[in-house]
Amino acid sequence: MNLLEFNLPLIALIPFLGAPLAALAANINRVASAWTAGLVTLISLLFLLPAIHLPFAGETLIQSWSWLPALGLDFAFRLDGLALLFTLLILLIGLLVILYARYYLSPKDSMGRFFAYLLMFMGSMLGIVLSENLIQLVVFWELTSLTSFLLISYWQHQQDARDGARMALAITGAGGLAMLAGVIMLGNIVGSYNLTDVLAAGEQIRQHEHYLTVLVLILLGVFTKSAQFPFHFWLPHAMAAPTPVSAYLHSATMVKAGIFMLARLFPVLSGTEAWGWLVGGAGMFTMVLGAYTALFKHDLKGLLAYSTISHLGLITLLFGFSTQLAAVAAIFHIINHATFKASLFMVAGIIDHECGSRDMRMVNGMLKYMPHTAVLAMIAASAMAGVPLLNGFLSKEMFFEQALTATDGSLMTWAIPVLVTIGAIFSVAYSLRFIHDVFFNGEPVGLTKTPHEPPRFMKIPVDILVLLCLGVGIAPMILVAPILSVAVAASLQSAPPTFSLAIWHGFNLPLMMSFIAMGIGVLVYFNRYKLFRWHDQNLPRIDARILFNMVLHGILVTTGKISRVFDRGSLQNATSWVLVTAVLAVLYGYLQFNSPLLGDRALLPIDWLTLALSAFVVIASVLCAVLHHQRLVSLIIVGVVGLIVSLGFVKFSAPDLALTQLSVEVVTIVLLLLALFFLPQHTPQERNATRMTRDVALSVSAGITVMLLAMAVMSRDYAPISDFFIQNSKPGGGGTNVVNVILVDFRGFDTLGEIVVLALAGLGIFAMLKNLRLPAPMRDIQGREWSHDPHPPIMQTLTRLLFPLMLLVAVFVFLRGHNLPGGGFIAGLIAAVALISQYLANGIDWTNARIKVNMHIVIAIGLTAAVVTGIVAMLLSYPFLTSTFTYLKWPLVGKFEIASAMAFDLGVFLVVVGATVLILVELGKLSHASHQMRQQEHY
Amino acid sequence: MEWIIALVIGVMTASGVYLVLRARTFPVVLGLTLLSYAVNVFLFTMGRLQVGQAAIISPNATAYTDPLPQALVLTAIVIAFGMTAFLIVLALKARSELGNDHVDGLSYVAEEQAVKSRQKAGN
Repeated sequence: MNLLEFNLPLIALIPFLGAPLAALAANINRVASAWTAGLVTLISLLFLLPAIHLPFAGETLIQSWSWLPALGLDFAFRLDGLALLFTLLILLIGLLVILYARYYLSPKDSMGRFFAYLLMFMGSMLGIVLSENLIQLVVFWELTSLTSFLLISYWQHQQDARDGARMALAITGAGGLAMLAGVIMLGNIVGSYNLTDVLAAGEQIRQHEHYLTVLVLILLGVFTKSAQFPFHFWLPHAMAAPTPVSAYLHSATMVKAGIFMLARLFPVLSGTEAWGWLVGGAGMFTMVLGAYTALFKHDLKGLLAYSTISHLGLITLLFGFSTQLAAVAAIFHIINHATFKASLFMVAGIIDHECGSRDMRMVNGMLKYMPHTAVLAMIAASAMAGVPLLNGFLSKEMFFEQALTATDGSLMTWAIPVLVTIGAIFSVAYSLRFIHDVFFNGEPVGLTKTPHEPPRFMKIPVDILVLLCLGVGIAPMILVAPILSVAVAASLQSAPPTFSLAIWHGFNLPLMMSFIAMGIGVLVYFNRYKLFRWHDQNLPRIDARILFNMVLHGILVTTGKISRVFDRGSLQNATSWVLVTAVLAVLYGYLQFNSPLLGDRALLPIDWLTLALSAFVVIASVLCAVLHHQRLVSLIIVGVVGLIVSLGFVKFSAPDLALTQLSVEVVTIVLLLLALFFLPQHTPQERNATRMTRDVALSVSAGITVMLLAMAVMSRDYAPISDFFIQNSKPGGGGTNVVNVILVDFRGFDTLGEIVVLALAGLGIFAMLKNLRLPAPMRDIQGREWSHDPHPPIMQTLTRLLFPLMLLVAVFVFLRGHNLPGGGFIAGLIAAVALISQYLANGIDWTNARIKVNMHIVIAIGLTAAVVTGIVAMLLSYPFLTSTFTYLKWPLVGKFEIASAMAFDLGVFLVVVGATVLILVELGKLSHASHQMRQQEHY
Repeated sequence: MEWIIALVIGVMTASGVYLVLRARTFPVVLGLTLLSYAVNVFLFTMGRLQVGQAAIISPNATAYTDPLPQALVLTAIVIAFGMTAFLIVLALKARSELGNDHVDGLSYVAEEQAVKSRQKAGN
């Protein structure tokens, strides 16, 4: 077996499989859960190893399985440089986050739940970056929205966690839907949902008339996920999550999914003016706004949240430039941002953990309490500010260079480097605030506990990440250039442009910009108090949460009003709306129909017997409605109608239906009689005349509508598809009763569904009747006391005598079902009637003592028999439920046919018997129990 | 003949619909039973009315009835039974939990008030 043929889906699916294991492991002990999560991540990584060299050799590994070929959908995975880079980021940072979280979570938090959610989220992210099929990609995309919802709301008892999670889900989920629309359009333009085809069709897509729509839809998905203005506001609220979650979601994963899409579809969608304005514009605005707002956040995580928004804006802006070198810078910054931001979030978590606060006005002077953490934080924050010899500096220099290249000398385009520098100034200022406010700036104010260094292992993930920041900053060509160039090659779908990741490029404009940003940034920081005052006094506070809640509330109120027009909590109203709609829909159909209502099929002659019976049914039906206040009478009338309907089936050549209807009728009426015992015997008179008039009008129009519809069909000739069944019934199914062969063979799968429904109805009824106690009425409808002698001897004797005979009939009807009217359904009902009559005649105690069969088990055996018949066919490599038959010759019996469908029919038989008897006997027990209750009262 | 059967279907539907719109659970269940008869016969007539045609394959038969609607209706009859049973037990459960058999779980007093408030709203 070649691992390279199927390892990619495993990388993404293993975390999903591992999630329940991590949850279960928590039952053993808390740390076992973390170990399981770590191990699962390592196994995923292990499956990546055999393919890891391929992108470096310039190969794209694609593993694809046909899924819904009719719709062009494949279950397809792809590993190229870009996918490899992201997979490594997700898995490696995931591993560090798991280690960190193991120490972060307090004993009160459920480890199992945390790691299960985290693994599911990891799997969804891996699915996005490894997908070859775009639809599949969107499925994983929405899965990240769902799983991040679970992660953000991890502390379910906190209101802000629930609100933040709901907001993130609403925004990113809605964006995902827009993206789905965009992807479907993209697939329609290209004629394939596979990335390979889409990436090759860039020119065609950009020339297409729907290009702009596609672009906007996909960007909606990207911007919501990557928190670009104006959808950025969910991200700060998502900070209510535990810090390991923030460190993971907002450094390497969740928000980077949007960026990943930009990189993925860069060769297809970029290069147009619309792309430049939309992507560049959103990126620029988000970058400056985020950097500015970050400075004014007193909460450490709030600062990091807006800084994340700003850096995401920076990457988006780079993609907006549409040049190849800008894409290099963008992807480089993705790596750098992931490393320094993950470590900074972890530091914020450590400080929160040790100080019990994240407010930078309280947390000061931490250097002497936690020197090790302080050094790590300072390096990471400097990387964020773009200080030389750190990774952030390199990508920021490239960014400045690209901003300068984007200008063409006009005043408008000179705004780009100016705005970029302004963003960088604030970036330096807030990074400095993170360092200076927290670790210097005097003594802590009002902390409840004395801070100290966290456990050794909690710092290890930060150590590793900070070392990476340093390493990449000092030796970029060795550490990062190889993976960067393959990722860029995959993103651009061409050979990467030549770039050099040198620390020193000589004195040039980008370096000047860096110096300006740092100089002014420091100045801004040291004048921060003035700035804070000015900000508080002069800028209006727009809280996006209030706005969001207003919109959400508005939508809920409006939809609520609309539903209340139709549904005022009254079933009668709701039902009449449905019926009115149905009648109107048919009426509209009639009006649209051009040909005459009736066709020209020759009608059958009327015979007097049918006429008389039909008149009887008509009168009975009307009487049933009129006399419904007398419940027993109307129930008897319903029984009469049912019996005549079964006669009708006999008349019109449907013996199977007649048998079924007859036996169902018996059990239905017995059932309703049993139930009626516990319900009021009379329906109170109605005094709402308007409603009655309305209902009569509605029912008459419904009746006329259905009558005309039936007549329109019956008076037309038609070409049935049944010829196939008639011709193949004997040679293919081995039976001459076509109806039965259809049920157990041609459409066996449908029948399987039906008996499952029946079984569920039986079990549902069992569940409802459990522990149900209803008082039995003392007197009947005419005030006579119910008899205490419920089992008349003549009936007892007769039913006991008849019982074997009835079962014999059932077996006979079952066996002949394949060739003559009968079969599992009918035989099952007959057997059920036989059993029920024993219960009725002899009482539950007597019968239960003699028939010691648990009906649940009968249902289970029946379903198993039906399913196993299907599976046996599959094992013999035929489709599910394929049947076969052969002829046997026994002495005395002679030659007879045996079909595998008989086993299936036996399953049907057992389920019908089990469900029917279960339902009726449970109901009978109810009356039995209440009788006993009453008798106890009597004596 | 077709007209008669169509009429039967129509009347069963009308009675069924009227009963389904009642305010008590038992008539609603009866109404659904009647409606399911109507629906079953309606589905059955999609194979057109055939008198005295063969339903079983035999060498002597020249023409057959349409077996497909019959197979559909056969399962529909059984499922309708399952549904009726479920609903009537639901009605019992509602009676036991709510203390009355109104479809919206309204007691007699609450029902009177609802009618009155609706009449007021109407005026």
